[in-house]
Amino acid sequence: MPRTIAKLVLAAALLGPAATGRAAEAGTPAAGPAGGREKLVQAETPPFSEGIFPCSSCHGDLPKNGARRELAFHDEQQSIFSHDPEHLWCLDCHDLQDRDVLHLINGTKVPFAESYRLCGQCHGDKLRDWRLGIHGKRIGQWDGAKVYFLCVNCHNPHSPRFKGVTNVVVEGKATVAPSLEFLKPEPRPRRPEEQRR
Amino acid sequence: MSGVSEFLRGSVREVTTGKRGYWLWVGFLLAAVVVGGVSYAQQARQGLIATNMRDDVSWAFYIGNFTFLVGVAAAAVLLVVPAYVYQWKPIKEVVVLGELLAVSALTMCLLFIAADMGHPERFLHIVPIVGSPNWPRSMLTWDALVLNAYLVLNLVLVLYLLFRTYRGQPYHRKVFLPLVMLSIPTAISTHTVTAFLYNGMASRPYWNASILAPRFIASAFCSGPAVMIVLFQLLRRTFRFEIKDEAIWKIAELMAYAMFLNLFLLGAELFKEYYSAGEHLLYTQYYWQGIGGHRALVPYAWLSLSCSVLAFVLFLVPRTRRSFPTLNLGCLLIWAGVYIEKGMGLIIPGFTPSTLGQIYPYTPTAVEWGVAIGVFGVGFLVFTVLVKIAVPILVGTFRAPGAIATGHDTPEGPGAH
Amino acid sequence: MSSRRWPAGEDGEGAPRPAGPVQVEELAAGRRSFLRTAAAGAAVAALSGCGDSLEDFFRRRFKELSPEEVARVLERVERRNKERFGKDTTVRADGARPGVEFGYGLDISRCVGCRRCVYACVKENNQSREHPQIHWIQVLEMEKDHGVDLAHADLYYEADAVPRPGKFYFPVQCQQCRNPPCVKTCPTQATWKEPDGIVVIDYDWCIGCRCCMSACPYGARHFNWAVPTLPPEELNPDQHYLGNRPRPKGVVEKCTFCIQRTRRGRYPACVEICPVGARKFGNLLDPESEIRKVMETKRVFIFKEDLATHPQFYYFYAT
Repeated sequence: MPRTIAKLVLAAALLGPAATGRAAEAGTPAAGPAGGREKLVQAETPPFSEGIFPCSSCHGDLPKNGARRELAFHDEQQSIFSHDPEHLWCLDCHDLQDRDVLHLINGTKVPFAESYRLCGQCHGDKLRDWRLGIHGKRIGQWDGAKVYFLCVNCHNPHSPRFKGVTNVVVEGKATVAPSLEFLKPEPRPRRPEEQRR
Repeated sequence: MSGVSEFLRGSVREVTTGKRGYWLWVGFLLAAVVVGGVSYAQQARQGLIATNMRDDVSWAFYIGNFTFLVGVAAAAVLLVVPAYVYQWKPIKEVVVLGELLAVSALTMCLLFIAADMGHPERFLHIVPIVGSPNWPRSMLTWDALVLNAYLVLNLVLVLYLLFRTYRGQPYHRKVFLPLVMLSIPTAISTHTVTAFLYNGMASRPYWNASILAPRFIASAFCSGPAVMIVLFQLLRRTFRFEIKDEAIWKIAELMAYAMFLNLFLLGAELFKEYYSAGEHLLYTQYYWQGIGGHRALVPYAWLSLSCSVLAFVLFLVPRTRRSFPTLNLGCLLIWAGVYIEKGMGLIIPGFTPSTLGQIYPYTPTAVEWGVAIGVFGVGFLVFTVLVKIAVPILVGTFRAPGAIATGHDTPEGPGAH
Repeated sequence: MSSRRWPAGEDGEGAPRPAGPVQVEELAAGRRSFLRTAAAGAAVAALSGCGDSLEDFFRRRFKELSPEEVARVLERVERRNKERFGKDTTVRADGARPGVEFGYGLDISRCVGCRRCVYACVKENNQSREHPQIHWIQVLEMEKDHGVDLAHADLYYEADAVPRPGKFYFPVQCQQCRNPPCVKTCPTQATWKEPDGIVVIDYDWCIGCRCCMSACPYGARHFNWAVPTLPPEELNPDQHYLGNRPRPKGVVEKCTFCIQRTRRGRYPACVEICPVGARKFGNLLDPESEIRKVMETKRVFIFKEDLATHPQFYYFYAT
């Protein structure tokens, strides 16, 4: 027992800054993932597929089977799954008991709007850079309120390698979502000899 | 000042009287000017997009011509020193004709600059007090200063000399000689400043070489006096213009040394580029060998070199130097060689490949040719008119009423110059 | 110089020409009355056409203008915009903020060469779309096994998908050098460096000699070889006098770090459009800014560093 408590305390201490900061996030202009000084505003909701959230609308009634298997549904994610498929599967991130949240390695529940805490467990260097604004995109004011994007706005968590992004509308709000196709570049500039009169 | 109106009327008379050959020549030049005017009007209407200059090659035909002509303008007056040292009599004629050539070349220089500018009507912005010249940091302000100073100096000298001679009055050596001596460093500085304009650009490794200014002087010495040689022969035949063969041969001999220097400096530059073979070799390579499929300048590179080498040989060997047919051929060849070298050989490779490594194969458009023809027409016309007035004054056939019509007037003071 | 006004054409030939005497359709009875009307028409034409142009011809440099004169100049630009494009615009001349030195970071481990920045810039900054086509941002496709090497760089790459295997992408725009060769060579001081670091151009002072274009090692300066082609419906009406106001033909232009946006605290258009977040922008004097964090945690390098231009533009590899 004391060892488990000690582990929990240690885990809480390690995740402390994120854990304490989380209450103020998700839409409020106060402390964001960088932890305080600037005004950081999260971009609109995570880019859920149409009609899929809240997950409990279906999973509330379904039996909870934690055995690793091929699913009969969710082929959209399953067919492209490339996030270390040898070792990981759905329930390593999605919570078995409550499908409306995700969970960390130690079992802590994490809302979808804070999915970066999940990604950051393994991708710590990316999380660190993202918090500083080095990784990923920010728009808005360089001297004031900035809008930041979640990992999932650019990286499909089921196939995270970046290919492209598209503009989508989720719950009536415009945001960006990862696309499965690479970006097509805009037209090349005209050569000087093509700019004759 | 008394006599000015007569002088002007007399000058107009000189210019408007001539034989058929003269009128054919003037007619030809006027046609060239008209071609230039029409071409420039098109460029003014469309913008500089009527040329083939683009962001990658933003200076080209006009500036190439300008660079060549600055050399001609500088070199014309540089004959003064040898004329003085070798005691060519009469020095006055050599100096005056050299300055007339300089004035004409400078006119063409200024016209080419004006043709190349996006807003020539804003030229006042470069003038002190009314404008805001970026002096002394910008080499172009130095260039504007020195070119205009040189032009004014030459005009003052020429007008002084001609007007005094026209009136049969001696000219004051104390006025004449210091101004002449001043024109020498001014002449050298025009070409050096123009070289520094290119030389100072670290962004263009092809130009950013210390050897550029010496090369400019050497090529100026080659090409400028060639005009004088041809001109002296013409004037000897059409007017009773006394200049000895020896004087002409001496000019040619000096040019031979300049040609050697020109070729030596070229060789030095080629050695540095090809032996160290850094990435900056690309510009030199584009000119002499081409890069990939882009070989537009290569024939010109070798043509220019052949002309320069052949001209050097013709000028070096005394027998061909002293024989007027081969001498004149040599003059033509060196003009072609230096013209190509200063235009296609200097400006275009400086921009190719571009600062971002891209290649734009530039060739001039019809509009650019038209404007250049027009500018050369104006320049040659200015020179023709000035010579048509000056030579009769110098040989004594055009004098103020009542002035003594002698051959060559002496300056004030004991002894001839 | 095709306009009949004098001095001709520096504000763009799109402006309507004033009616000259030849367009006066007077069925005057006598020759004298016709001549009188013609003379009056000519005077009106000359005055209305010359008014703006005369004031332009005799005005001083932008940096020497008093605030009232600046206000008048801005008003004139807005009026000309209306004439040329039929749209209302706001032309500002916000100065540099004290305590601000802009820095730009470009992560070439992230750039995928999609060129969205190029065209966002074109729209934001009212560049000529064609005849000539002006792009302030130029994206070079380079080879991974040669690194940053201009001898193996392609500006004109085409692809169905980027990034292409074995290639990486290197966008170039004005580096806003601290030791700018363009400012050094400009003969009329039409281009200068502002206190916040942006190198600006006064389009009404530039004589179009293109010395600056020869001097720039980054190919960042571009010339309006003709009257810019700018469709009125695509005009960005939010403008800065030294930035994205529509230019006349015959002058030089370049990236101004979106001066109309950044001096009001916004990110440049290229930073905001980049889909991969490869572009970083901020105040170098603020230790908490993204660009400072980049410099502290990553290894930045300068393009053509050997030329000692000391840009305010830094390239880096985040990973």
